[in-house]
Amino acid sequence: MLNPRIIPCLLMSEGGLVKTRKFKERKYVGDPINAVKIFNEKKVDELILLDIDASSNNLKPNFDLISKIASECRMPLCYGGGICSIEDCEKLIKLGVEKVAISSGFINKKLNINEIAKRIGSQSLVCVLDLKKRFSSKNYRIYTNNGEKPSQLNLDDMILLAQEIGFGEILINSIDKDGMMKGYDLELVDRVFKLSNIPLTILGGAGCYEDFSVLFNKYKIIGASAGSLFVFKGKYRAVLIQYPNLKEKNDILGNSTSK
Amino acid sequence: MITIIDYGLGNLKAFLNIYNSHNIPISIASKTEDLESASKIILPGVGSFDYAIEKLNKSGMRSKLNELVLNKKVSILGICIGMQIMAETSEEGKLKGLGWINAHVHKFKTQHDNNVKTNENFKKEKFLLPHMGWNSVKPSVDCKLFENINETNFYFLHSYYFQSHKFLYCKATTNYNINFCSAFSKENIYGVQFHPEKSHDYGEKLLLNFSKI
Repeated sequence: MLNPRIIPCLLMSEGGLVKTRKFKERKYVGDPINAVKIFNEKKVDELILLDIDASSNNLKPNFDLISKIASECRMPLCYGGGICSIEDCEKLIKLGVEKVAISSGFINKKLNINEIAKRIGSQSLVCVLDLKKRFSSKNYRIYTNNGEKPSQLNLDDMILLAQEIGFGEILINSIDKDGMMKGYDLELVDRVFKLSNIPLTILGGAGCYEDFSVLFNKYKIIGASAGSLFVFKGKYRAVLIQYPNLKEKNDILGNSTSK
Repeated sequence: MITIIDYGLGNLKAFLNIYNSHNIPISIASKTEDLESASKIILPGVGSFDYAIEKLNKSGMRSKLNELVLNKKVSILGICIGMQIMAETSEEGKLKGLGWINAHVHKFKTQHDNNVKTNENFKKEKFLLPHMGWNSVKPSVDCKLFENINETNFYFLHSYYFQSHKFLYCKATTNYNINFCSAFSKENIYGVQFHPEKSHDYGEKLLLNFSKI
């Protein structure tokens, strides 16, 4: 049976790892290679690595560092940040990245997603949508460049478009819930899930393993991603890398099948 | 010497790391001459069928590979798209595969396709493509790749599956709406649909098993 995925998401800034709250308040949490080594030992399902400086500073992906991280990874790696050409995507795949995540290149229509999908395959192409709830309505606004640039595009339209032009997965990232550890935005998940016919991964808000169970109970096969939960311990947010062990994982997944 | 084919697709570094950590000699081949010392070959791959075949053609290594695999019977392990291009055709592309095994590559049928008999579980749940994540692999007893590996989970990432006309060649099955062949072997030719290089301990074990064949 196919299992739902539990995925740590690491944010890279200036070669180190940071964790944010609502995309702000960056806190340094450690060295990426070291973190990957620990996540290897903990046998994580997948790893997402997002360079949060790259696109907003018009920087290319840090290929040297990504190459080192990818060769260390014993699990599938998804990388996003600063990707601005088909060649970047191919280079990343060659360096050992399994999935290439694209946000601003898609929203700004700067990248030919169709052509990228033809070359590296849809299965390796992830659409990242950073979303913020609007005050006035129940709607969501799509942001790029670290939550700095709002777009006027409609969320539902973009989900459908993403699927149509060749993405193989959608990563929904809630800006409001980022780092808050109070649970996922389930209203948002509901809305996106209804529209999607490709795998979905949810990021932003997970504060305990129970939050994963809630997601798996309701949506079965879905990716549950988290940042803070896997790097902080306790209310003072001491840096400690953790991940559910086999028993805890079975509990999380068991919860989702028994109900 | 285990030689990995570098035709611009797939994760080579992960293989290097795993074999290096066990002091098993390994090299990378990006042109015909690099294949001379190969006693075992790994054909990795991430991507689409036609693109993979085109890339392999452009690398210039195709005819040498044919000679090594078909005449000299050098053991080869195809991974993901590297397994699929060993077949004759694929619904994903128009180009002919390597045709080393009498097999074809099909697309999984989803609820969106007509006339599909989906089993009850999948009617209740969404059946999504690509098939992505950790799924269980049930090996048959007689495959050297799976020596000392019982039923376990490996990482999958694909929308098409490999189907051989001879049941005999299928060495492991996995269920995703249907039971499909997740590993095959025919004489010296081996293929796995999942990614052993990204499947933690059991993946490592499988790659070590291949090195001992």
